[in-house]
Amino acid sequence: MSLHAELAEQFNADEDRTNWHDQTLWWVRQKRDLSARQLPEWEQLRQLASDIKAHTLSNLDQYLEQFERQANANGVTVHWAATAEEHNAVVLELLQKNQLQHIVKSKSMLTEECHLNPFLKKHGYEVVDTDLGERIVQLRNEPPSHIVLPAIHLKKADVSETFHQHLHTEAGNEDPQYLTHAARLDLRKKFIEADCAITGVNFAIAENGAVVVCTNEGNADMGVHSARLHIACMGIEKIIPRMADLGVFTRLLARSATGQSITTYTSHFQKAGPGKEMHIVIVDNGRSRQLGRADFRNSLKCIRCAACFNTCPVYRRSGGHSYHTAVAGPIGSILNPNNDLKANADLPFASTLCGSCSNVCPVKINIHEQLWKWRQVVVKEGYAEPAKKAGMSAMAKLFAHPALFRLAGSAGRRMMRWFPALAKQKKFNPWYKQREMPEPPADSFRDWYLQNRKK
Amino acid sequence: MKVGLFIPCYIDQFYPQVAVATLELLERLGCEVHYPLQQTCCGQPMANSGFSHLSQGCDNNFFRNFEGYDYIVCPSGSCTLHVKEHFQQPGNEQAAVHLRNSVYELTEFLTDVLQVTSLEAEYRHRVGLHVSCHGQRGLHLSSMTETMTPAYSKPERLLSLVDGLELVYPDRPDECCGFGGTFCVFEEAVSAKMGKDRIREHEEKDVEVITAVDMSCLMHLEGILKRNGSKVQVKHIAEILNSPSS
Ligand code: SF4
Repeated sequence: MSLHAELAEQFNADEDRTNWHDQTLWWVRQKRDLSARQLPEWEQLRQLASDIKAHTLSNLDQYLEQFERQANANGVTVHWAATAEEHNAVVLELLQKNQLQHIVKSKSMLTEECHLNPFLKKHGYEVVDTDLGERIVQLRNEPPSHIVLPAIHLKKADVSETFHQHLHTEAGNEDPQYLTHAARLDLRKKFIEADCAITGVNFAIAENGAVVVCTNEGNADMGVHSARLHIACMGIEKIIPRMADLGVFTRLLARSATGQSITTYTSHFQKAGPGKEMHIVIVDNGRSRQLGRADFRNSLKCIRCAACFNTCPVYRRSGGHSYHTAVAGPIGSILNPNNDLKANADLPFASTLCGSCSNVCPVKINIHEQLWKWRQVVVKEGYAEPAKKAGMSAMAKLFAHPALFRLAGSAGRRMMRWFPALAKQKKFNPWYKQREMPEPPADSFRDWYLQNRKK
Repeated sequence: MKVGLFIPCYIDQFYPQVAVATLELLERLGCEVHYPLQQTCCGQPMANSGFSHLSQGCDNNFFRNFEGYDYIVCPSGSCTLHVKEHFQQPGNEQAAVHLRNSVYELTEFLTDVLQVTSLEAEYRHRVGLHVSCHGQRGLHLSSMTETMTPAYSKPERLLSLVDGLELVYPDRPDECCGFGGTFCVFEEAVSAKMGKDRIREHEEKDVEVITAVDMSCLMHLEGILKRNGSKVQVKHIAEILNSPSS
């Protein structure tokens, strides 16, 4: 069984919980629908966003350099990192050079991708995640299961237990207001002590060198305003050309993510405050390789809204951790094979190819078509399971030879009629675990046709 | 009008009544229908599993069978979409384009080519429509809840022409059933769960019958319905549209 299938099966062992997970995320999808429907220009907006991203990706080198020049002019230091390791090393060096100890971090999927927290921990630094959901999973020593709603796999009771253990809240008190208040008091201390704030970046504007961070909790602002050094970490694909383009994306982002018209905070960071420093780390980590893959380059248009997660019937019923990567869901399944095909060979198959993801995507990434294409790559590179390979070769032969196909078909049906127990082996026939087999008829349609139309 | 009838392999083998209904329906509507006798499969099971490089023999066989028809009609959105998107004839690109453009899913053929506006059909049941993904999101047989475009549905329009039929949709009107080709065995847990959830929603609407343009979705749902001893039946849309009126 593939890793995703195995983890998904474990997730489904608790059916009530699976139902709850499915319904919670479906509710988010519905909020997205309602809010998108408010905009008569919704589909045009998606096209425009997709086109802006296509243009930017085609001129990425120029926009990145323009961004660096503008940022430098604003007194901001720009660092380039080819890999996750280089990114982590840049951050570590900044901490060491400036003798910083207290690090707060607002949500950044890039730092998850680079495994920054464990890296810094190894070097004796504690990083406090300040997004509430991220803080919850951090306390539990778990990775986020969703890029917008990191703790969506947890129920109130789980949070209550975690907070009781780590923040000493009352045992069994599941009141969300009480729990949030406790988190707030704890985080406030961390914000006040902070001397370094790490943030992600939603958009980096080439023409003025500013980075824009969208949050609902204001935690990016709190961190940056309190700390003396701000490190903003971004992938090369976060660039947009102009301020005028930003509105296209902010209108799509929050509506697609949660159904809000806009995130509570849309924070622009352009230069450091008096006596402070601002650094931006621009990371490749495989993105330029993906840019070079004609079939998959569009995946770099992603603005990480997670609409494709919320709509995915498989994600909703298998949970983020079943994707065993920092970015889960349909987009994760087309991004992750780029960096490690072998480890992620199962992900393009964790889909029915229903196409709902491509339809909700605000930048119109053809996600399900890319899943199909990655499947072809996985097989070509030799990562298909041997049993599947043998089965497919046999199938290809049958379908190319009509007489053989008919022979196999009628023999198969006869076997099923004569020895029904044969097909009903749950161990060898996963179909039969929860489904009956179709009733095999005595005659195929072709037999019927020969008798009734060809006389 | 010369129509080549393309019957997906699993319908030929397991659901001949669906193929018979499709054939009879097209004949009743005045088409001259041929069933090329050497057809097998469209090659989708291989291609969707990542083995599209093995499907050339299958494509060649398909071509030998269906070359020269004005229209190729198929009672499956999924197989039709596969041919439209992936059918290849290296060295004969023009013929491949022609073939890809001539293949129609049954309800789209009835709606767009034959422009059917009335049917002599009667089916006195409460029917839940399962919207099959490839027909919908791939062939655009109907509008989709994700996109903010005007609502329409070719299958629904045809079903509305059937006397006595009461059509209902589940609460999530276009969520995937979880069949997904080989997904149904390689991701058994999620596949079965998706199917069970579709069925629950249809049962909540008290349907007697679930219909769809794709028998593969229905085969999967039928397997679960039977296992659970449900009274709900599945019927391919061709069988309903071909029900005689009394
Ligand atoms: S792929 Fe599209 S829908 Fe999915 S997270 Fe990215 S932008 Fe959002």
